[in-house]
Amino acid sequence: MALAGVDAVVIGAGAGGGVIAKELATAGLRVVLLERGRWETAWDDRKDDLRNQRTSVLGAPFGPDDERNPRVAVDRRGRELVVLPSDGAYQNNAACVGSGTVSYGAMAWRYMAQDFRMKSIYGCPPGSTLEDWPIAYDDLEPFYEKAEWEMGVSGDVAPDPFHAPRRRGLPMPPLPPNREYEILKPAALRKGWHPFDIPMLRNSVPYNGRGPCMRCRWCVGFACEVNAKNGTQNTVIPTALATGLCELRTGAMAREIVLDSRGHATAVTYFDSDDRLQTQPARLVVVSAGAIETARLLLSSKSRLHPNGLGNRYDWVGRNLQGHAYPRAVGLFDFDTYDDVGPGASIAICDFNHGNPGLRGGAMLANEFIRLPIQFTGMTPPDTPRWGRAHKDYMRQFYRRSIAVMGPVQEMPVFEARVELDPRVKDFWGIRVARLSGGRHPHSVEVARAVVQKAVAWLQEAGAIRTWNNVPGLELSAGQHQAGTCRMGNDPRTSVVDRNCRIHEADDIYLADASVHVTNGGFNPALTILANAYRVAAAIVKERRA
Amino acid sequence: MRKPSRRCFLAGAVLGSAACRQDAGARLALSGEEARTLEAICDRLIPGDRDPGAVWAGAVEFIDRQLGGPYRRYRRAYGEGLARAEALSRKMFGKPMDELTDDDRLAVVQRIEQDARPFFEMVLAHTMQGFYGSPRHGGNRDYASWAMLRVPASPVRGRIHYDLRQGKES
Repeated sequence: MALAGVDAVVIGAGAGGGVIAKELATAGLRVVLLERGRWETAWDDRKDDLRNQRTSVLGAPFGPDDERNPRVAVDRRGRELVVLPSDGAYQNNAACVGSGTVSYGAMAWRYMAQDFRMKSIYGCPPGSTLEDWPIAYDDLEPFYEKAEWEMGVSGDVAPDPFHAPRRRGLPMPPLPPNREYEILKPAALRKGWHPFDIPMLRNSVPYNGRGPCMRCRWCVGFACEVNAKNGTQNTVIPTALATGLCELRTGAMAREIVLDSRGHATAVTYFDSDDRLQTQPARLVVVSAGAIETARLLLSSKSRLHPNGLGNRYDWVGRNLQGHAYPRAVGLFDFDTYDDVGPGASIAICDFNHGNPGLRGGAMLANEFIRLPIQFTGMTPPDTPRWGRAHKDYMRQFYRRSIAVMGPVQEMPVFEARVELDPRVKDFWGIRVARLSGGRHPHSVEVARAVVQKAVAWLQEAGAIRTWNNVPGLELSAGQHQAGTCRMGNDPRTSVVDRNCRIHEADDIYLADASVHVTNGGFNPALTILANAYRVAAAIVKERRA
Repeated sequence: MRKPSRRCFLAGAVLGSAACRQDAGARLALSGEEARTLEAICDRLIPGDRDPGAVWAGAVEFIDRQLGGPYRRYRRAYGEGLARAEALSRKMFGKPMDELTDDDRLAVVQRIEQDARPFFEMVLAHTMQGFYGSPRHGGNRDYASWAMLRVPASPVRGRIHYDLRQGKES
């Protein structure tokens, strides 16, 4: 039996879906928000250094659960592996109300103006599908501002001369500096660089009725115990629910978007929290399930007009899967750098996001979040033993005397890095699982190698007595920064959605997550996903009123 | 001949010593012999010195407990790897691993690292987790490793201190 029809079904209550639900509900639309995970809180997922979003060796507490949600990962040598959410190769992003915005470190970056015009500026390297976005930074600017002020961002980007023009500053001041900040800032200034306070979706002062960050070490990877990190779960989703027009259904696993014979969306079928198949009729569908699961759902939604999957006439759904290449430099010091003042990450430079000679793009560089002891065990210089007496001595000597600087290198999209439906493996509900294959473009590795040298130089200038670095290789990149699988574009033959993120040839189906990102900036993508969702929602509301 | 543990001795008095000797020191997932071999390996991965090592801190308890839970899928690899380690020890030194001197144990572990890389990497990762990870999973007894690193136990802050059900540091 079908449920009562609504104006819109939003699939996925993460960064994009939360914003969409709030914007549509406050505009008077009746909305059903489907989320396959649960409503997780710090109460449910206590500070556990072996079971969190960053170190998930004993499980992925923010979902999805290992028992029901396998994927297939194909490695660089073509070997297929069935992987679980707690495995690295799964490329997991949290499945819960708020998704990654519950457990993230909460960096709140605007992409730079150049990040929307990568092909025009640099040209496409061989083997890549590099392209410009169909929108410019200026199209997104008002919505960046809206995200910053509605959800709450602290920081101070004024000293950064590279950021694109902005009409308004940030609503909250930065947190007071920690010790790493005090060490790194003068060093960057001596190098002639432009350090500044990382913008974060984090209360530094009371905001939106919630208190400030308590500076604990359990930040990235964990739910905040004092609710000082701002995600969709404690901002826009409660607002959406308060309208009385939005119903949130958790434990709801979407199966298919149903179209009528003329190609209009009529309903979404999903398995509810008791695993019963439900049909939710709706006039409008917004998919915001993350780059991997959004692509999977579109590929699963086959119909007469879309025999290869929704929006997949030209075989672009699931293509160009990307994340960030994250090189890291570590420095050891002969004085204590650790002050146990969270979140740890505090200072950044954007001097190397663009303008690196002979290279396309680059990355923001920032100090890392506080490293818990288990995370530091693997951070040894190349010649230090990884175990035994010497390793224990190393831990004792340097745990409190190290700084790591890293940055998300903007990747060159690769057509063969992709999400498909696995022909054999199905999940608990009988839906074919995502099959991930392909790898990173060599140029992304080249950029990472160059950028990490700047991080090394920064640490040396700061007085490190020893430095080394790790640069990722050609393996597939997606993870929590997963993006690109349903590219936005003006040409239906080389993209999946139009500039308003509506699927080409499907009038009433929109996407609102990082799957639409053409490129992924040299920054953490959360604020861009939020801002773009505000923009998409505005387009939907305008369209409905017309 | 192994000296019987107190528990074994007492149990043996009741049940007959032969049955007990068959699996003295058996844990939740690991047999007594497997646990002793694993203990000998963990002892060299993170040895005790002026600070406790992996064995004192409960790395074996941690691994054993996880093998009945999230690490169920590694149970077979542990069985095979530990049997191989034990065979190697007898071949190299003519004794079970837990009866070797520290230096001889180290030689066996080094050989395992060379010859059985996937097993070694697995045990190393799990031992690090059992020593440096949260005590709630059976290892890092009394926060021994955190005390060694001078990391204070997390002060009770925020709202979670109203949750008294678990009673432990959160």
